[in-house]
Amino acid sequence: MAIADTKKRGKVATKPVDTDLLLKAYGDMLLIRRFEEKAGQLYGMGLIGGFCHLYIGQEAVVVGMQMALSQGDQVITSYRDHGHMLATGMDPKGVMAELTGRATGYSHGKGGSMHMFSKEKNFFGGHGIVGAQVSLGTGLAFSNWYRANDRVCVTYFGEGASNQGQVFESFNLAALMKLPCIYVIENNKYGMGTSVERASASRDLSKNASPWGTPGVQVDGMDVMAVHAAAETAVAHCRAGKGPYLLEVKTYRYRGHSMSDPGKYRTREEIQKMRSERDCIEQARHLLEAAGVDDAAIKKIDDDIKRRVQEAADFAQSSPEPDASELWTDILLEA
Amino acid sequence: MREITYREAIREALSEEMRRSPRMIIMGEDLLPGGGSFGMHLNFGELFPGRMIETPISEAAIVGTALGAAMTGGPVVAEIMYSDFMTVCMDEVVNQAAKIRYMSGGQARVPLVVRTPYGIAKGIAAQHSQSLEAWYAHIPGLRVAMPATPADAKGLLKTALRGEDPVIFLEHKLLYNVKGPVPEDGEHLIPFGCASVARSGTDLSIVATGLMVSKALEAADTLAAEGISAEVIDPRTVSPLDWDTIFASVEKTGRALVVNEATLFGSIASEIAATIGEKRFNALDGPVRRIGSPFVPKPSTPGLEKLSVPSALDVVRIAREMMPRRRAA
Repeated sequence: MAIADTKKRGKVATKPVDTDLLLKAYGDMLLIRRFEEKAGQLYGMGLIGGFCHLYIGQEAVVVGMQMALSQGDQVITSYRDHGHMLATGMDPKGVMAELTGRATGYSHGKGGSMHMFSKEKNFFGGHGIVGAQVSLGTGLAFSNWYRANDRVCVTYFGEGASNQGQVFESFNLAALMKLPCIYVIENNKYGMGTSVERASASRDLSKNASPWGTPGVQVDGMDVMAVHAAAETAVAHCRAGKGPYLLEVKTYRYRGHSMSDPGKYRTREEIQKMRSERDCIEQARHLLEAAGVDDAAIKKIDDDIKRRVQEAADFAQSSPEPDASELWTDILLEA
Repeated sequence: MREITYREAIREALSEEMRRSPRMIIMGEDLLPGGGSFGMHLNFGELFPGRMIETPISEAAIVGTALGAAMTGGPVVAEIMYSDFMTVCMDEVVNQAAKIRYMSGGQARVPLVVRTPYGIAKGIAAQHSQSLEAWYAHIPGLRVAMPATPADAKGLLKTALRGEDPVIFLEHKLLYNVKGPVPEDGEHLIPFGCASVARSGTDLSIVATGLMVSKALEAADTLAAEGISAEVIDPRTVSPLDWDTIFASVEKTGRALVVNEATLFGSIASEIAATIGEKRFNALDGPVRRIGSPFVPKPSTPGLEKLSVPSALDVVRIAREMMPRRRAA
């Protein structure tokens, strides 16, 4: 099915495939998929508590975006953040350790699934208030603009968050000051259990910043190379000092909103159809095969990832929980 | 009396009042597919067609719109999914809802109830676990309820829905599945500013709010076994506060311990303790003591989360310290 689909969209098939890039995309997406599957398992075993929002199905979005970024560009997102962290190159061990509440996690166990940061990788969280990270991302972009450092900030949020007031306030400010901010609406169709049609009067979210003259395009978020191409355009626009750019990336989450989602708002068939016809990883695999990449090379990637994810899970489970004294740390600068 | 959960008691209050008052509407996020926050409104879509107003994720617009609707109709219930998200609509709550009656010289009526779950749950961390009742109670023009039992949840919510003042109705997430006796009476109304004596005692008054009432009762059991008779007072609403009941208890026991889940600094517990000290100094046999959460954000990891909220053991420990040392016989 996926091959037929790819052929139908002839442009992708006829364009020469950048095999190296596609191999990297494939590996990065698969790492997120396998990591999230493991996280789901550990949650089921009671090793992960609190909220756990899995990214399975949406991998092409962060991977396609990240491949267009350079060292020093920033990333900020909401609470469905595991994929974003892995895409920026954060260590799966530290992420899994945080999910399981261990001292070796990125936030020493205190942040949990929704709240992790990496200064080294310029990943600014990990936020739990819907839409609130958008103004923060605008501020990161402001800093880039103010320092004229040629960096861009990618600010991710969901289609559910796109209706929050501060999102529109940010759009205005960013356009007014021509800030290098790429706003990425990850439209996975459902804000918890509310479909986008029932939450947004706007039928084309890529136009949501158009009143301020900000260009926006819709992108097929199940096609990693399409995301990458759109990301390159957006990055070039921002680096050229032309102000913000909006991408509405149409994607799909296979799992529930969180682990306690009864899933009554959509049919199993709908999910199955997306999985079997549009899965981003399967599409990439077919493209690689069509480009003549041999099975052994793909299998090696699969095996490496399986091993890395298992190592992350082992690391997390063998790490200690934080000491009681950690309750009082990291609150203000002075201890 | 039949026993139902705190969640069912709230559902019952909402559905009874929806039937009683055809103009009442409920607004909130994810209201129909998921039943709203913690599934409170499951099936309400079918029970009350056209009166469940599903909104986008936009808290400021929800409370602003609910307020506008309430001024010209109502009652209106606005559900905010987690009380932490109240911060997103604090302008609408503090500068609009709380002030409209005053600014209009008493002309505007505000039959608005903002229902919102608060407090710790299981590892949901810094942005979903807070107890911010002191923020709202600080504002003249708002009423703030935090029921500790299913019966109080039903009775207070019904009172809130029949009033004409904005009410912040705080429901503890860890109480939703707790069962208790609840009157089936459709007129089960509990007035605001009327504390309940959850347990009578003679040696020590423990004033506790919300989830902490159950911790105080648990502690009182332990203390009773040691020969210390603790009285447990549950104010039920923190604005207004029932000073008469609190003072009467302190006059009887001579000792006051105030417990809340919120960060102790600047908390309702601090307000109650200060007022007892100021107004009933002569009745006290020792300093008023307070217990609240340490001045840290809520951690995700279970071990630390447990340390970040008061426990029954904390209550027992402080209560023991407050009692006079017994002389060896």
